[in-house]
Amino acid sequence: MFVIKYRKIFFIFTGVIVISAIFSIIFFGLNFGSDFTGGAIIEISYEMADFEKEKRLSKEVLEERLRNLPIGGFSIRPTGDDSYILRTRNLTENERIDVMDALSFNGEKTVIQKRFNSIGPAIGSELRNKALVAIGIVIIAIVLFIAFVFRKVSKPISSWKYGIVAILALIHDILVPVGIFAFLGYMIAVEIDILFVMALLAILGYSINDTIVVFDRVRENLRFNNENRIKEEFDITVGKSLNQTYMRSINTSLTTLFALLALFFVGSEATQNFALVLIIGIITGTYSSIFFATPLLITIQRLSGGNK
Amino acid sequence: MWKIRTTALVILIAAAGIGYFNYSSEINPNSRFPFKLGLDLAGGAHLIYKADVSEFLQGDAAVSMDTLRAVIERRINLFGVSEPLVQIEKSSIFAGGERENRLIVELPGITDIEEAIKVIGETPLLEFKLINEDIESLADDEKKSTQEKFNELFISTGLTGRFLEYARLEFGAGGAGGYLQNEPIVRLDFTKDGGDLFADITKKNIGRTLAIFLDGDLKSMPVINEEITDGSAIVSGGFTPQEARALVRNLNLGALPVPIELVSTQTIGASLGKNTLESGTKAVAAGLAIVALFLLFWYRLPGLTAIASLAIYIVIMLVLFKLIPITLTAAGLAGFLLSIGMAVDANILIFERMKEELSGSFVDNINGTQIYADTNTAVKRGFARAWFSIRDGNISSIITAIILFWVGTSLVKGFALTFGIGIIVSMLTAITISRIFLYAFGKYENKGIIKFLFNSGIK
Repeated sequence: MFVIKYRKIFFIFTGVIVISAIFSIIFFGLNFGSDFTGGAIIEISYEMADFEKEKRLSKEVLEERLRNLPIGGFSIRPTGDDSYILRTRNLTENERIDVMDALSFNGEKTVIQKRFNSIGPAIGSELRNKALVAIGIVIIAIVLFIAFVFRKVSKPISSWKYGIVAILALIHDILVPVGIFAFLGYMIAVEIDILFVMALLAILGYSINDTIVVFDRVRENLRFNNENRIKEEFDITVGKSLNQTYMRSINTSLTTLFALLALFFVGSEATQNFALVLIIGIITGTYSSIFFATPLLITIQRLSGGNK
Repeated sequence: MWKIRTTALVILIAAAGIGYFNYSSEINPNSRFPFKLGLDLAGGAHLIYKADVSEFLQGDAAVSMDTLRAVIERRINLFGVSEPLVQIEKSSIFAGGERENRLIVELPGITDIEEAIKVIGETPLLEFKLINEDIESLADDEKKSTQEKFNELFISTGLTGRFLEYARLEFGAGGAGGYLQNEPIVRLDFTKDGGDLFADITKKNIGRTLAIFLDGDLKSMPVINEEITDGSAIVSGGFTPQEARALVRNLNLGALPVPIELVSTQTIGASLGKNTLESGTKAVAAGLAIVALFLLFWYRLPGLTAIASLAIYIVIMLVLFKLIPITLTAAGLAGFLLSIGMAVDANILIFERMKEELSGSFVDNINGTQIYADTNTAVKRGFARAWFSIRDGNISSIITAIILFWVGTSLVKGFALTFGIGIIVSMLTAITISRIFLYAFGKYENKGIIKFLFNSGIK
């Protein structure tokens, strides 16, 4: 199995990816949305007759309307054919009314408020803490679970090492989408919201499946060799297991990927970023189970002295 | 053989029956089981209030939060919202600091939040406070703002709108002071407990001034002349008759036992919600079509059975959405689509394993001879051997779903629930039901057309 043979090259490749992801997170930072920081988002559009449609109000005109309101800094971004998204600090009801009034040019134009979210800073930071705790708990629960499932496998490497390898793969699967979103946040202001965290957690739960499929086959082959008294080097067994399973790892990920591509291209704007995180996560998850986690088993066996 | 074929037929008929139920309960507007759409799909408002219970003891705080919930529910019902949700919640222990008491209000279909917030927030907060007698010291304290000084001027008595039984509008008939002549006044009748408390306060503080606050505004400052034991008080704050009438109505609908502050608002317009729902549904249909095509072309006959069990999976999920009921949100739809992609994973693992059995690679390689399994044996072994990795993979997904559900806000919970139930249902359909279908197909040697039908990929 070439993946096993050239595993050092893949380790280097994986290392480069992880380091660039970490670099991207440190360098660009994470662009947290108002879910986490608190703040308000208003999406509006103007009711217009068809012949007026060409004359879309410019961003500057709207900015001018809001400049004198005591709402602190704000940003306006046109979206869709006729809508605008306004972001500010969190607003009270009276402030919201003032903003809507200003945007309607004191009643001259009819503004349609499509959505309004205003989140207090306390709620935001609570959500952020909860999200971090959830990610931590999921990772710990999965290590324990893998160690438990593989508890009967102790030769040539002990069961908890499967858990550790699975976790290293999971950390890789998390870092890559977060790194890409840090970059996207910097480039095109993509925000990290609660859906993003949900997608990350779903990746944790899902990408472990591919790793389990390979590990399960390693487990079965080890047992088969043991029962039939076949002596086989650990790397041969692992390579064989990988060879037997990589196609199904790819196919299971493909079906999920098809569903997510549909969500990304056809689905609503609300879940587009969510789909993107999952798409990235599932690709990296499949990659890491084949090119990173499985070869790593052999390296760990070598490092721990290889009690054959 | 005919037994298993009958079972397969029964499953198909049952699935068609459930499918028909889903369809008919959806086209019938009066059905008892419509899909329940979340705020982001149906439009509506989601409000979070922070409740200030700092003046209550631990036990009292919990009781007054319940009262608060009941009062607000009453007010919202008056507003005529269908299926509103009012619940109390404590901030997470992970948030740090003291745990806040919160009130969550969901108003489906209401997009005019200005009106909604008015209805909820205008409910008057009634408080009785005594004037602080040693106020001399305050006047000199330069560090405190005027507001702080004002607040310290009054001492809370614990008597609030919580103890109100009934409020009545009266017109002053000219009392001893004469200043109540024809002025609208509001008479407050306290509950038994409230009456006792009021009697106690008035007894101990004869000669002092009792200030009556409404929504934090000082309304009147009568001097306590004697102990009042009949459990009623009057408020006269220079009301116009209209103001007094509105106040009486609001007080009777429920004075707020706890002051609340709006800390988070989310509203989605109906048209935006409708768009989200439409594109979400389209995405589910498109995703389904692509997955089905892939299964058919890659896995051929077994793929077809996977499509059948996927169809049954969807029918079951939809009926669960209706019966439980699960509130559908944009995230929930995404979770559903994700679960469709994952539901066939078990099938893929099984089919790959069956293929190995058919090609003889796993039957017997101890003494070098290869025995080729027939289709029936391959199905049996394929399912048995793929089971462990399916079980382990799905358990880890279920763990994730449970943690998501536990951490979740209402938005996350919808996703976690769809995702978690999806995994469990998919284990039933992808494993049990597709096995029955494959068995029902019959037992054949692996050659000729059968070999083609059970093979996979582009070979």
